[in-house]
Amino acid sequence: MLLGPSLAVSAILFSLGVAGVLLRRNAIVIFMCVELMLNAVNLSFIALAQQLGPQGQVIVFFVMAVAAAEAAVGLAIILAIYRHKQTVDIQNINLLRG
Amino acid sequence: MVIDLNNTAGLLLALAPELVLGFWCLVVMIWVAWRHGSFEDQWVAGVLSLAGLVMALGTVIWLWASDARAAQLAGMMALDPYRYATAVLFLLGAILTVLLSLDYLKREGVRIPEYYLLLLFGTLGMMFMGGGSDLIVIFLGLELMSVAVYVLAGIDRRSPFCAEAALKYFLLGAFASGFFLYGIALIYGATGTTNLVLIGTQVSGFALSSNLMALLGLGLLLIGFAFKVAAVPFHMWTPDVYDGSPTPVTGYMAAAVKAAGFAALLRVLFHSFGGVVVWHEALWWLAVITMVAGNLVALAQRQLKRMLAYSSIAHAGYLLAAVTSGSSAGAAAFLFYALAYTLMTIGAFAVLAAAGRGGERGVSVDDLNGLGSRRPWLAAAMTVFMLSLLGFPGTAGFIGKWYILSAAIDANQQLLAVVLVLTSVISAGYYLPPVMAMYMRAPSSPEAHSETTVAGGARLVVALSAALLVVFGFWPNAALEAARRGSTGLTPAVVYTVEGP
Repeated sequence: MLLGPSLAVSAILFSLGVAGVLLRRNAIVIFMCVELMLNAVNLSFIALAQQLGPQGQVIVFFVMAVAAAEAAVGLAIILAIYRHKQTVDIQNINLLRG
Repeated sequence: MVIDLNNTAGLLLALAPELVLGFWCLVVMIWVAWRHGSFEDQWVAGVLSLAGLVMALGTVIWLWASDARAAQLAGMMALDPYRYATAVLFLLGAILTVLLSLDYLKREGVRIPEYYLLLLFGTLGMMFMGGGSDLIVIFLGLELMSVAVYVLAGIDRRSPFCAEAALKYFLLGAFASGFFLYGIALIYGATGTTNLVLIGTQVSGFALSSNLMALLGLGLLLIGFAFKVAAVPFHMWTPDVYDGSPTPVTGYMAAAVKAAGFAALLRVLFHSFGGVVVWHEALWWLAVITMVAGNLVALAQRQLKRMLAYSSIAHAGYLLAAVTSGSSAGAAAFLFYALAYTLMTIGAFAVLAAAGRGGERGVSVDDLNGLGSRRPWLAAAMTVFMLSLLGFPGTAGFIGKWYILSAAIDANQQLLAVVLVLTSVISAGYYLPPVMAMYMRAPSSPEAHSETTVAGGARLVVALSAALLVVFGFWPNAALEAARRGSTGLTPAVVYTVEGP
C-alpha cells in the first residue's frame, strides 16, 4: 500500500539533500542537507518494511542512532572551526589547498 | 575448529577479537576519564591501548590458526579467514600508529588522552567492516570508524589546519554515508534481505542482475565506497584532509581506513554481486582514472605530505585494479598489497614526522637534502619506503604489484595491467627525488637535521616497517601463502537455497 509514492517521495527528498550539499555554502546548512538525505533513506526503509517484514524498521533505529552521533561530532567540529575563523561559510575555509 | 553458533560459548568465541578490543576500549575510556591531567597519564593510556590491540591481534591469530569456522550460516559476522586476515591488517596499522603517537603527541604538545580511545574505536569499527557479512553491520562498522576518525582529524584544537581538515572530512564523509545507506535501502528493497550471502543467492537465482533497483543500489553503494577509499573522481577531500591532520593520524587514515573500505567493498562485491558484470566495468574505469590522475597530480607536489596524500590516491587505484579482477587471486593480491602498503605508508609518515615540526605541513623535498650523511639509518629506511611505494624489485611493493598484475592478466584485463605498469613508471618521478635529495645533495646548512630524531616508539615503527618490507621483498612466500589462505573465505563454499520472494 502506497509503496510507489513513498519511494518516490523518498527519492525526491534524497535528491533535494544532495542538491543542497552541492549548492549551499553554509556548513550548518550542508549538514542539515546530509541529515535530510539520511531521513529520506529512513522513509525508504519504512516503506519497504511494509512489504518485506520488520527488519527495515529495525534498521531505521540504527540509522537514527548513527545520525545522532554524527550530529554530536559534526556540530562540535563546526563549533571548533567557528572559534578559529568566526565564520562557517565554506568559501572562507580555504587554508588547505593545492 | 567448528564453532556452534547456537550456544552462548560459541557466540562469545566467534566474536572474541571484537569483544577483547571492546573490553580494552572500556578500560582506556575509564582510564582517560579518571586520569587525564599530564603527559604521563596520556602515555599510560597509549600503553593500555597498545596492550589491547596486541591482545586482540593475538586472539585473531589464534582463531585463524585454529581454523575457526561456523557450523551453520553465520548471520551478521562472517567466520572465515578473510575476516581474520583483514583484522590482522587493521590491528597492525593501529599498533604502528599508537607506537608512532606515543612521542609525537608529547612533542607537539597535544594533551588529549581520548586520542587513543578514538583510535581503538576506529579500529573496532574496521574489524566490523572487514568481518561483517550483513550490510547493516558493515554500515555500523563504517560509521563507528568514520565518526572516530572525524574527531581524530581535528584532534589538535589549537590548529586551524586541523579544524579545517576535520570539517572537510566530516562533511564529505557524512555525504558519502548518505549514498551508502541509500544503496543499502535499494538493495534491501530489491532482494528483501541485507545478508550478503542471501543477497548473492537472490541476485543469481532470480536474475536480479538486470533489476533496475538492485543495480541502482549497487551503484550508490559503489559511490559511497569510492568516497571512503578516495578513488578519483571522489577524492577531492583527500589531499586537504591528509595535509591538515596530525601526521600519525594521516598515516592511519591513508593505511588502515583505506584498507577497511577496500576490505568491505571486496566482500560485498564477491559475496553478493559476483554474477553481476557491470561493476567490473565501472571499477575498471575507476581504477584507470584513479591511477592516472593520482600519479600525475602527485608529480606536481612540492610538499612531502601532500605528495604522500596523492600517492595514497594512486595506490587506491592499484588496489582497485586488484578488486576489478574479481577472482580469488585478485583478493589475495589485495591482501598482500594492503599489508605492504600499510607498512610503507605508515613508515613514510613516521619519517616525515621525524623530519618536521608543527604538523609537518612545511616539509618539502629540499628539506631532506643531505639526510643520508647526517642520519644514515633514517635515510636508508626512507629509501626503502620510497622504493617500495614505487614497486622496485627487492621490496614488498614490487611483489604486491606483481601479483596484482598477474591477477589482472588472468582475468583477461591486459589494458589495465599496461596502465598499472605505465603509471608506476610515472610515479618514479616523485618517489625518486626524495631519495636523490637525501644522498646526492649537501645539507642546506651546518645545523640541518640536528632536530631530526626518531625516539622510542617511532624508531621501532621505522625499523620494523623497513625490515619487514625488505624481508617480504626477498622471501614473500609466507606472507603470500597467508594472503592466499585469507582470500579463500571470499568464495562461499556452500550454496544456500532460499524460498522465493
